[in-house]
Amino acid sequence: MTWLHDWAGLIVGWLLFVIALAGTLSVFRSEIGNWMRPEARCCAADSVTAGSAAVHWLGKHAATSPAWYIQPADRRSATSYAVWTAPGGDFAQKWLDPKTGDPATVRDTLGGDFFYRLHFELELPFPWGRVLAGAAAVAMLLALITGIVAHRRFFVDFFTFRAGKGQRSWLDAHNVLAVTALPFHLMIAFTGALTLANLIMPWGASSLYRGDMAAVWKDLYPAAVDRPARHVPAPLAPIAPMLGKAKQFFGSDIAQIAILNPGDAAAVVSVTSGEDQRIGIQRQVISFDGTTGRPIAAHVERRPALRTFNFLYALHTARFGETLTRWLYFVCGLMLTALIGAGLVLWTEKRRAQRQGLGFAIVERLNIAIVAGTPLAFAAFFLANRLLPIDLAQRAATEVRVMFWLWGAILIYAALRPARRAWREILTVTAAACAAIPLTDLITRSMRLDRLHLTVALIALALAAGFVFAARRAGGRRATA
Amino acid sequence: MRNARPISARYRLAVLSRSVAAVAGGYGVSVLLAVAVAWTMPLSREEASIVATMIALLGLPIVMMACFYARTAFRAWIGLAIAASLLAGLAFAAGWRP
Repeated sequence: MTWLHDWAGLIVGWLLFVIALAGTLSVFRSEIGNWMRPEARCCAADSVTAGSAAVHWLGKHAATSPAWYIQPADRRSATSYAVWTAPGGDFAQKWLDPKTGDPATVRDTLGGDFFYRLHFELELPFPWGRVLAGAAAVAMLLALITGIVAHRRFFVDFFTFRAGKGQRSWLDAHNVLAVTALPFHLMIAFTGALTLANLIMPWGASSLYRGDMAAVWKDLYPAAVDRPARHVPAPLAPIAPMLGKAKQFFGSDIAQIAILNPGDAAAVVSVTSGEDQRIGIQRQVISFDGTTGRPIAAHVERRPALRTFNFLYALHTARFGETLTRWLYFVCGLMLTALIGAGLVLWTEKRRAQRQGLGFAIVERLNIAIVAGTPLAFAAFFLANRLLPIDLAQRAATEVRVMFWLWGAILIYAALRPARRAWREILTVTAAACAAIPLTDLITRSMRLDRLHLTVALIALALAAGFVFAARRAGGRRATA
Repeated sequence: MRNARPISARYRLAVLSRSVAAVAGGYGVSVLLAVAVAWTMPLSREEASIVATMIALLGLPIVMMACFYARTAFRAWIGLAIAASLLAGLAFAAGWRP
């Protein structure tokens, strides 16, 4: 099982490292979004007002689209998020001002949603990114279980940390990080696979329904009315009363508004409840006829298996959590990322004395590019958000491009430099980049002395200190043990 | 498994065989597990589908591990074949037709 653990861990380790770090940042997806859009003030928005403003804007700018999806600004998010089908069939997305619905007053950036999408779509075309992420989740579950089997002295080793002893220290670090948050790691791997189950394990449903996936969706979401457009133009009824009714029906806030066939006589407005404070125990949906505003279907999820599924799903996304829960997820996520990084380094340390062929060299260099390079590339995304000109065309896409070009450069650099120097130098630059985040925030006059900006500054500085330490260790005496 | 002895082609082949058994065979068996659970659960169709998915995703890493735990690669394949036919038989008895 040790053998399986080593190799299964290595093959998906790099991918999992990126997924884990992006996922950790996604815990604060809304907050990172707020930081990256300092033009929008957080967070007094009322979801009904914000939803109505978004619908109003979409009515003017996406009138011919067959469907709109809106996540209204709420007490966490300073902007509303709208996604719709553009004329070419592609999806278009914008972040809207909660009061006016206008995206122009807010800078063009993916914000925290970049990390959220990267976490499970890996910037790959649908469905390959999601399938790959799902496979990685299963492989992580496998690596965790084989890791537990391989690790016989489970509790004794927990109290053991031998610092400065090369391979032994890496193993101890790997073990401590794994054991301390083991329930979290197991939970996040299994629920992660589950969130992508419709792609990686749909076979129970598809066999029972004999391949009729539309019928599956109908049974899973009974209140989602899916009726074809009648191609008779009809104005949408006022949206605010519908949202108000939905809120009243849920007894909690609105999470999502879906409008099918807007501007058509067959328009449908479906509203989904938020998950605040309850871990997806009761997912509620209410649908209205778009032209009359009358409710036509409503559903409160009470089916036990579906509630279990929703519970596990919500456990992964942590949307139910209050601030403390989110910080716990963040810390556990960082531990998971570090655990994967330590495991990857351990793989090379364990084999350093033996064969050092091409395979070893590739692993060593990829380790540098991923373990030291990913945090640097992510930090660069934060910096690009502040430093790129505000009115740059395709600004959001440019931010992403800056990050990936830098990542590519890091990979080439790591391949060409002597390994130890590459570790030290890239980690040093990462530390500098993290420290530069609050600095650029200050210089570009985006900084406000509120909790959000101060927290981002503190976290960035703490990470910078951590990377300085790591760079010094990597450049210090080689403990080959 | 990583010692001074040179790694023989036979050993490499056995590892490859096990890996294919674990990834492809393991996935195949867990698909059949999903189908068998979906068809035998005394629940509504959508409920049975969800339960089947959850159980199959738990089963997948276990089947994969079993492929590496088996004494030889050949035994791993035999085990997969037995599990697959049992699950397929169970699903078939419950009304599933491929």
